[in-house]
Amino acid sequence: VLLNVLTCGLFVTEKLRGRYAALSIAAVVIAVGIPLWWKTTETYRAWLPYSHINELGSLQLQLSMEVEVVFSRGTLTPEQQKKVPLTQTREQQHHVDENTGLKYRYEMKYRTATIMEEDALRQPTAEEADFSLYKLSESPCGSVVVYVIPETSVLLPENIKVYVGQRRTALLRGQVGQGGELKAVLSALDPEIEQVVRTMSFSHEDIMAALSDRIRMGRLSKESLADSMRSFKSSPGYEITFSLLNPDPQSHNLHWDIEGAIHTYIQPLLDKLAPVANHSVDSQILYYAVLGVNPRFDNSVSAFTLSADSLAHVINPVEARLGSNAASSNPVLNFLLFVPDAHHSPLFIQDHSKRVVDSNAFHSPRWGGIMVYNVNDRYGQEAEFPVHIDIDMAHVMGVFLAQLRLMLGVQSAHPPPGFLLQSPGSAGLTDWELDRLQWSRTVENVATASTSITSLAQLLDQIGNIVINDNIAQQVYNAVTSLQAAVAELEAGNLAFALQYSREAILASERAFFDPSLLHLLYFPDDQKFAIYIPLFLPMCVPILLSLLKMAGELRQRRKEQRAKRD
Amino acid sequence: NLCTAALLAAVLVCGLTCASTAAAEEAITEEYESISNANEHVQAQDDYARSQKRREITEHDDDQNEPPPSSSSSSSSSSSSSSSPPSKDYFKEELVIRPLSSGDIYASFQFQTRWDTDFFAPGKKVSHYRLFPKSLGQLMSKFSVREMHVSFTQGYWRTMQWGQPFLPAPPGAELWVWFQDSVADVDGAWKELTNVLSGIFCASLNFIDSTNTVEPTASFKPLGVGNVTHQRFLRYAVLPREIVCTENLTPWKKLLPCGSKAGLAVLMKSEKLFHSSFLSLAVHIRPVCQDWGCKGTAWELRQTVNVVFDLHTTGQGKREWSFFKMFSRTLTEACPLATSSKVYIDVTDNPQGELFELNPAAPSLTQAVVLGDRRTYAVYDLMASGTFGLLRSLNVLLRWKTPVDMLRPLLHGERYVAGYGLQTGEIHTLIYNNHPYRAFPVLLLDIVPWYLRLYIHTLTVTSKSRENKPSYIHYQPSKDRLRPHLLEMLIQLPPNSVTEVTVQFERALLKWTEYTPDPNHGFYVGSSVISALVPSVVAMDTSYTLEHPLFSTFFPCKEESSYFVRVYTEPLLVNLPTPDFSMPYNVICLTCTVVAVGYGSLYNLLTRTFQVEEPSPGVVKRLANMIRYLRGVPLL
Repeated sequence: VLLNVLTCGLFVTEKLRGRYAALSIAAVVIAVGIPLWWKTTETYRAWLPYSHINELGSLQLQLSMEVEVVFSRGTLTPEQQKKVPLTQTREQQHHVDENTGLKYRYEMKYRTATIMEEDALRQPTAEEADFSLYKLSESPCGSVVVYVIPETSVLLPENIKVYVGQRRTALLRGQVGQGGELKAVLSALDPEIEQVVRTMSFSHEDIMAALSDRIRMGRLSKESLADSMRSFKSSPGYEITFSLLNPDPQSHNLHWDIEGAIHTYIQPLLDKLAPVANHSVDSQILYYAVLGVNPRFDNSVSAFTLSADSLAHVINPVEARLGSNAASSNPVLNFLLFVPDAHHSPLFIQDHSKRVVDSNAFHSPRWGGIMVYNVNDRYGQEAEFPVHIDIDMAHVMGVFLAQLRLMLGVQSAHPPPGFLLQSPGSAGLTDWELDRLQWSRTVENVATASTSITSLAQLLDQIGNIVINDNIAQQVYNAVTSLQAAVAELEAGNLAFALQYSREAILASERAFFDPSLLHLLYFPDDQKFAIYIPLFLPMCVPILLSLLKMAGELRQRRKEQRAKRD
Repeated sequence: NLCTAALLAAVLVCGLTCASTAAAEEAITEEYESISNANEHVQAQDDYARSQKRREITEHDDDQNEPPPSSSSSSSSSSSSSSSPPSKDYFKEELVIRPLSSGDIYASFQFQTRWDTDFFAPGKKVSHYRLFPKSLGQLMSKFSVREMHVSFTQGYWRTMQWGQPFLPAPPGAELWVWFQDSVADVDGAWKELTNVLSGIFCASLNFIDSTNTVEPTASFKPLGVGNVTHQRFLRYAVLPREIVCTENLTPWKKLLPCGSKAGLAVLMKSEKLFHSSFLSLAVHIRPVCQDWGCKGTAWELRQTVNVVFDLHTTGQGKREWSFFKMFSRTLTEACPLATSSKVYIDVTDNPQGELFELNPAAPSLTQAVVLGDRRTYAVYDLMASGTFGLLRSLNVLLRWKTPVDMLRPLLHGERYVAGYGLQTGEIHTLIYNNHPYRAFPVLLLDIVPWYLRLYIHTLTVTSKSRENKPSYIHYQPSKDRLRPHLLEMLIQLPPNSVTEVTVQFERALLKWTEYTPDPNHGFYVGSSVISALVPSVVAMDTSYTLEHPLFSTFFPCKEESSYFVRVYTEPLLVNLPTPDFSMPYNVICLTCTVVAVGYGSLYNLLTRTFQVEEPSPGVVKRLANMIRYLRGVPLL
């Protein structure tokens, strides 16, 4: 009996020890093993400002601009003049879609003209007046100054109500002899000023087109969509390449003074556009380069013709010869001057209604332009081949310059009737056109950068085991801060700063999005990882689990016994 | 002027010392008279560079004194568009055909585009291209490249059977670049440049990284004019594994002004070119003198194709070839943009027409000294109207009458790996000097990847079974996964001898991600490069006043008694110890099982409860007890 009791006691202590051992092993596995495994197999993920990025997901843009309305002598009565100056703020709110909102804020400043301005307005023509006003004071980037001149003024030709100058000023013919309240005068002027502002600065359509990255297509009007699809996407730089295609060097020895032509015609425009993007220009001559389609001989015009339908097939074979730009990854704008060979001259481009296009040129959206230049009338039948031909660059560059403006996104303004727009002059671009471009580029940059940052954040969030390095986090952070700064500057009405910040934002966001370290397939799917670990995990976990289950069963058994005993 | 002269002297001294101090010092102690030849070689190159530079400097001085005429003319031309700017670029094309004694045909195309412009003139960007390809021009400007040589070669040039090529190239891809001395981050520029080039030529040049890039000290001197000689600005890399195919030829042809539409390039039909024993495409860009007086530099782009056709086997044993048989095309016109377009056919062995006949007969003969040999060439000038005859096409036909012997090349090299097993091995390089009585020095350049660990103490050089001490050794040990071994030696080759260079190595174990997809194929080790000034049988032509064919003017030649030759040996294919690649998974599984078994027993020991149990009586005992019970005897 004693032995029995002893063995029983031994058995009980032994059982207790076994239970403690199982428990402590389980505890070690849970407390040390799992964290260790977790730590050693985890990927490095730098912290990203997710909350800020989420804020960017719903973009509320506010565009502020300053409109100065200056009354010259004779447009206001003396008592009205006493109440001027004053300022008014007008706001327009647009709800674009659930994530995007737009708000335009016009700060109208009314004042009377100074003596100097009165002097300037006394110039004989509107153009000279515009120039003298510009010399008096330079209005900041993005603002508009409207001078209200008396109805009887001879500055403007008849039937012209509004004259828009080369800079940021407009002359508006006011109604004469209006008595009564100043407010009534102002409200009578309002619709006209709004028209001026819409012509010279951003309009809702432009901004919506710039936002096309963020919002669905259906919401855009067809025309602004076409405009926005024609021009290149906003980019920090563009490579402009002029190529002379000479398919027949045996007959034509072509010379073009491209260096001088670029210097005279293209460079002033690019200098003007410098705040929007960097441009680099080069040129090349390609021999034996042919178009992709065979032109058909048309007896009615006794010339070869390219129909508008076949133009789409022209570019591809030429493009293979153009060569990509080795030195940068900016988008390339191609301008091709095609001189048809002697056997296919003259060559004309026909539009959809079978009429010969005057410029003999066409452009391809977001790619560039092609111009056909016929030289067959430069030499007779008996000419000695190859014929030396100098190309008239003024004619060629006129066409290319118009195409370049389209490609770079300088939208053609559609002035309402009664408007007279001053032609841009030697620079090829007026100040207010540049402002318009800057407004839409800024909005476009902000929209693009915010979408790429949010989609990057979403992607990184979804795929949990991509490594996020510190430099990517830094780029994302830079992009987010620049975006916030750009939005704030837009709100404050500082267009130049806003554009600069938005360019920084787009650069940083693209760099983060296309960083090669994100593409690295350095991660494994979870199921494969576990397949490898199973030979270790399964034999280790099963005994632990079984003994834990057993212990739980025993515990339950004992409780039942205790309850039975108590009963 | 004094200032610049002093500066020039300083730079030159520096360049000289860097390039050849060791060589010069060693050479004095050596007794061989011809070692000084090597010095002269280096000196000659430096002299050449010096003279070029002096000319350049005086040129620049002139420029400063008076307004440059080109700028004034360009400004005037911009104002009046009728006056055309002076044409400042030239294009020449040339095809040399040499019948080889083995029965093969060696055809060498050379296309030269020369542009009299300065890519790196301060304040002026070159961006308007005519004949020079824009993509290469942009590359030169962006990366400040001074000289670039890239070649893609399929097959190995058999020097012993074929003699020397006009332009040597190792199998695979070779790229060497001299950067301008204004480049601060040469490695960064090199990395980007290789990536861009791989895009331009559709080649795997992007696989060039620090593990296969070296900076040779003496073997690769600039071939153009200029004053940078420090190897800091030189990068050299070989990819022996590169396969060359049509996708490399197409972009190469695109760089020609006429493409493959006119001129000699019409003959380059890819299915014929690649059906050959040897094919080498190359692009060389270097600054050259604008004129004989060397006033100002021009940029030369030289595109070459060297191809060896095995017409003996494909021609059913008939020794006869024609353009149409080789290229399945004939020539119909010269490239209209070319200033010179010529076909040369080597007829040296056939002075009286007794060995073979040419059809149509060559309009003229010319002589050129190339690779130490005076050769006679039949010339067909494609610019002349009479060349094409009545059929408006040129199809040169050559028919042999009797077989011929070939002049043995004076210098040639071989290389192989010796040894057994996968642990160690030995690289043997054999250099042959076949000159009957002249000894001459050669520069040997060896680039060995880091995974072959060279035992440099086992390096031996023997000629005629006697030790041959190299007079100059430059050795840069490898760093694992960072850079390869670089070994450069100046070795004196005794006359009519074989010099053997051996070095032992150990094969390293790679990480499992570093193996190629087909590791059992082996790993390539690029060719060794042997550069030498070989004594010439005939006097070399060193005057620059004559118009030479392109194929004889690639390597600048300064001495009449010798000529420069570069010979590439075979690339090596070395097996490395290769693991079974399912090993990681097997190891994981096995380890896990072992751990699990050990852990399971330990766990059982720790958690199971043990009881003393009455042992049950055995069968015999139980049987005995049963009998005892039956008998009534007390149990056991």
